[in-house]
Amino acid sequence: MKTYLPPKFLVERDQTRCIQCQVCVNQCSFEVHNYDAEDDEVRSVESNCVGCHRCAVFCPTGAISIRRNPLEYRENYNWRPEVIEDIIKQAETGGILLTGMGNDKSQRIYWDHLVLNASQVTNPSIDPLREPMELTTYLGRKPDAVDIDMKKMQLKAKLAPQVRIDIPVMFAAMSYGAVSINVQESLARAATEAGTLWNTGEGGLHPKLYKYGKNTIVQVASGRFGVHPEYLDAAAVVEIKIGQGAKPGMGGHLPGEKVSADVAMTRMIPKGTDALSPFPQHDIYSIEDLAQLVYALKEATNYTKPISVKIAAVHNSAAIASGMVRAGADIIVLDGLRGSTGAAPKVNRDNVGIPIEMALASLDTRLRQEGIRNQASVVISGGIRNSGDVAKAIALGADAIYIGTAALMALGCTCCQQCHTGKCAWGICTSDLALTKRINPDIGARRLANLLRGWSLELKDILGGMGINAIESLRGNRLALRAIGLTDTELDILGVRMAGG
Amino acid sequence: MVQTNTKRKSNSVVKIDALGLLTRELNLRLREASSNGTQRIEIHNVYGQRYIGTDLNTRVEIEIFGTPGNDLGAFMDGPKIIVRGNAQDGCGNTMNDGEIVVHGHAGDVIGLSARGGKIFVRESVGYRAGIHMKEYEDKKPVLVIGDTAQDFLGEYMAGGILILLGLNLKPGENHKANYIGTGMHGGVIYLRGSVNDYQLGKEIGVSELDETDLLNLEQYVAEFAAHFNYKAGDILNHKFIKLFPLYLRPYGRLYAY
Repeated sequence: MKTYLPPKFLVERDQTRCIQCQVCVNQCSFEVHNYDAEDDEVRSVESNCVGCHRCAVFCPTGAISIRRNPLEYRENYNWRPEVIEDIIKQAETGGILLTGMGNDKSQRIYWDHLVLNASQVTNPSIDPLREPMELTTYLGRKPDAVDIDMKKMQLKAKLAPQVRIDIPVMFAAMSYGAVSINVQESLARAATEAGTLWNTGEGGLHPKLYKYGKNTIVQVASGRFGVHPEYLDAAAVVEIKIGQGAKPGMGGHLPGEKVSADVAMTRMIPKGTDALSPFPQHDIYSIEDLAQLVYALKEATNYTKPISVKIAAVHNSAAIASGMVRAGADIIVLDGLRGSTGAAPKVNRDNVGIPIEMALASLDTRLRQEGIRNQASVVISGGIRNSGDVAKAIALGADAIYIGTAALMALGCTCCQQCHTGKCAWGICTSDLALTKRINPDIGARRLANLLRGWSLELKDILGGMGINAIESLRGNRLALRAIGLTDTELDILGVRMAGG
Repeated sequence: MVQTNTKRKSNSVVKIDALGLLTRELNLRLREASSNGTQRIEIHNVYGQRYIGTDLNTRVEIEIFGTPGNDLGAFMDGPKIIVRGNAQDGCGNTMNDGEIVVHGHAGDVIGLSARGGKIFVRESVGYRAGIHMKEYEDKKPVLVIGDTAQDFLGEYMAGGILILLGLNLKPGENHKANYIGTGMHGGVIYLRGSVNDYQLGKEIGVSELDETDLLNLEQYVAEFAAHFNYKAGDILNHKFIKLFPLYLRPYGRLYAY
């Protein structure tokens, strides 16, 4: 069938600069560039271009620029080019539209409507360059009261297991199979260097990465891939994944072509079969059932590590989270509307779930009202872009933040949203061995650790500017926030006052 | 010295009275006993304590008198559990290795996501038995059910062997389960007794057993018969059908890329 889809991008090659070196031909995994030996000329098939800019970055003479195809359709606010093209694509395939990364639509980003406070005159700010500034965070269930034996100078009650992180930013779950082993190794090494945690996702833990166990969160999800006693024992935290922000309520299909020999070994399934994660976990149909799995994992790890439960932010997530805490979860993870993925149906990614800012605020409020906020740490994820978002999230009540997309961008991702094709030209979201080599774990770990260092310095600056010297003092401190351009209802849910008020 | 010590202990049988013990207390006792090298543990008066056998990685044999609670043998890695009674839901959940023998019936999602080991149930099981069992090379879970099962038997199965014997079906009576093997993309189900086509999931095919199938079947039916005092020959002397996945990738054509 002839496709009616126009090219999304135009590839412009400056012939005065091009030296026919064919770097672009080799770099492009979407087969845009090709070399015509007869004419000694490099040409492009623009309809294949996804706009990832791999060729433009690697062209040694800077000859390539990628531009959006202007596509001057007649203006229409309702029938936008994307809408038209989605319909064309479905008319030609009859399938579910699949996409990668997080929701790219224009729903309000509340972080951009929140601003932070700073000290002026009435309280001094602190210069973090010369005074100690603490970002250390402990994840896990906290006691209801601090009861100290004054003679021994020790806590009377035995503390539930706690995991220490030196910066309240962790790497979100990305499974081996969705991303390559080199990406996971980069994450694991950077997490180890920065004193934080990375998350295996639901794809097992490759034998090569067991040595990073102390900085690893292992996931138990509906497919139970690669879950066995050593896997649970290796980790610092075990996370039950109920849902994710990119596709709340859905499972996952890792397509058979991504299930290489090594992926098969790690997931413990035959090579080449689809790795299907069912929608629900069939041993969890209620809060009571969740408690059963939480305690199964506590028993399986002999109560030595916190058990985390991750859900997507949906309408009633605050009430659900209350149940999760009562079910024994030591850490609650909320993944918001902008949560990312290696593959999701576009209609779910863009239309299901609620903004993380709202979900976080209502969850924190609810747990406080019920007097159980101390019983679990709260971690959020889904579209966190920079240390400003991190600081605002902590002020809204989060203990820590997961970053996924931002971490991949540190490795080169330009958010071209082609993860589901398995052809990632940056070698991130693919299991093609030639492509995965593009991520060198030495360099990858460096880039990621650099990002965390940068954010950590910025967070200290933000704290210092507010005149506080520990991230603890910002946690849940919504007076540190003011809002711009929000309605009374929004302010009410966020528990934040309007700027100036 | 150390070795003689272990040897002496390893011959001992530990008896535990579970009356009034909380789940956590009972499992703590089991952990202590098995780490001492105990080879056999008897637990009496079991009233619904959960997760028995979890976090044990020895070959210890545990005999349970009473009714163990949910998630019996969850994540289990080696022990053999004999239940003199019925098992509840989630028996053998994500089990890695070992054996569970139930002298009675079992509840829902037995063998959920099991990765290895064997489970034998003398009577019937509940819904979604063997859901998402997996296999990898020599790790291949086996679930043998003496009587019948409820809907979604072998749903999403990705590997392993599931045998349904229908021993208590009356002549002419069908298995009642619907959606058998729905979403199945690996492994095999051997089914004794009859089912109608509409009871089977869309993703599976039906065939006669070949030689390898028969060898598999004979081995596990013999083990089943030995556990529950049946004659293997009597069980095998009956028509079996084989249910297998039609596609490695049942949902490969859903999407527009």
